[in-house]
Amino acid sequence: MASEPLKAAADVVSAPKEKTNYKGLFTAGIWKENPVFKMFLSLCPALGTTVSVFYGFSMGIIILLAVTLSSLTVSIFGRFIPDEIRVPVLITIIAGVVTIVEMLTQAFLPGIHGALGAFIALVVVNCIIMGRAEAFAMKNKPMAAVADAMGYGLGIVLAFTIIAAVRELLGVGAILGIQIFPQQFAISLFALPMGAFIALALILGVITTIQLRKNDEKLAKERAEKAAKAAAAKAKAAGTPAPVGGV
Amino acid sequence: MELFSIFIGAFLVQNIILSLFTGMCPFIGVSKKASSALGMGLAVIFVITLSATLIWPLYTFVLVPNNIEFMRTIVFILLIATVVQFVEMFMKKYMKSLYKSLGIYLPLITTNCAVLGAVIFNVNRNLDFGGAVANAFGISAGFALVIYLFSTMRERIDTNTVPRGFKGVPIALVTAAIMAMAFAGFAGLGS
Repeated sequence: MASEPLKAAADVVSAPKEKTNYKGLFTAGIWKENPVFKMFLSLCPALGTTVSVFYGFSMGIIILLAVTLSSLTVSIFGRFIPDEIRVPVLITIIAGVVTIVEMLTQAFLPGIHGALGAFIALVVVNCIIMGRAEAFAMKNKPMAAVADAMGYGLGIVLAFTIIAAVRELLGVGAILGIQIFPQQFAISLFALPMGAFIALALILGVITTIQLRKNDEKLAKERAEKAAKAAAAKAKAAGTPAPVGGV
Repeated sequence: MELFSIFIGAFLVQNIILSLFTGMCPFIGVSKKASSALGMGLAVIFVITLSATLIWPLYTFVLVPNNIEFMRTIVFILLIATVVQFVEMFMKKYMKSLYKSLGIYLPLITTNCAVLGAVIFNVNRNLDFGGAVANAFGISAGFALVIYLFSTMRERIDTNTVPRGFKGVPIALVTAAIMAMAFAGFAGLGS
């Protein structure tokens, strides 16, 4: 088995086209295809564990670890898995990885394990892990699979930290336990379960609005350019020189 | 009576979606139409109750005496996958009409975190067999109720004007927040 990653790495080196891809693979998941903000996946821990920045960030790191390890394992053994039974096999691999991560947290970070509770075990059914394993890691080399998985994992860490920061700041007026403004001015709703829904909704709304604005600007710019080009072409066809101020 | 209060507690007070945040993927993904939400809800009731009924003896008589509770995630997820597969085959053979209406939701249930979540919460509560079944049935019924109510609201939202950036998932989450506030009013009922 040890020769597998080496062989894969050698393959990548011999194919220069794939070499340039790593950065793209890695960055895709962080923002452009952010699991939480753009694909609306992995919402359970995004709502359930983001009471404070510390716990949100820890949960993100646990998912990052789990998705990276499971994608690595799946990409190494992927070619031996028959297509018909791939789902049960993948679930077993993921469940094994998650159990390892859960036991490690229980042993070394018992406080975090106690606070996150069932959400660590629930990483098994996290759509991102299964999705990355099936859609990407099965068919790709270990290095590429790890880059891809780490990108999506970091996307989750980023999303959880943002949601948790908003909730902690508005809910108790602090970030990472450091009081920013007095607690009596905080909206305690944001620390409660329903506050999680509102916080996520507001963040998603703001992100979508900004994106739509940007798209609008881009479209308007393109349209203006097209119109200017058409006008120039028309003027040319008519035999008169193109208007100088057109573009 | 005690069973009933366990059921109410799981059904309304500690609602699996609105206060425990499990099963968000189908809650957002399968709630655009009331009919499909109802189908998903019924399939979930079926699978959660059946797997919790099977898992209780498995956990109590196999995992605990052998000190291998740490294997529970793997054992539970495999058992759930088997139950889902079995239910699908059984329905296909003997309940054709039910299969036609629920069939497409069944494969989705294996990776529905509400099922694994319900089973884990159930085991964590250390209930006896009757209590575990009542709790699992309450959890799954709570899931079905909330996803159905939510889908009927989303159908109405679709016909109204919503700020552009909030269309789709964001406004759905705001709706869910208001539902969660309403459900917080049940606090104190049940156990």
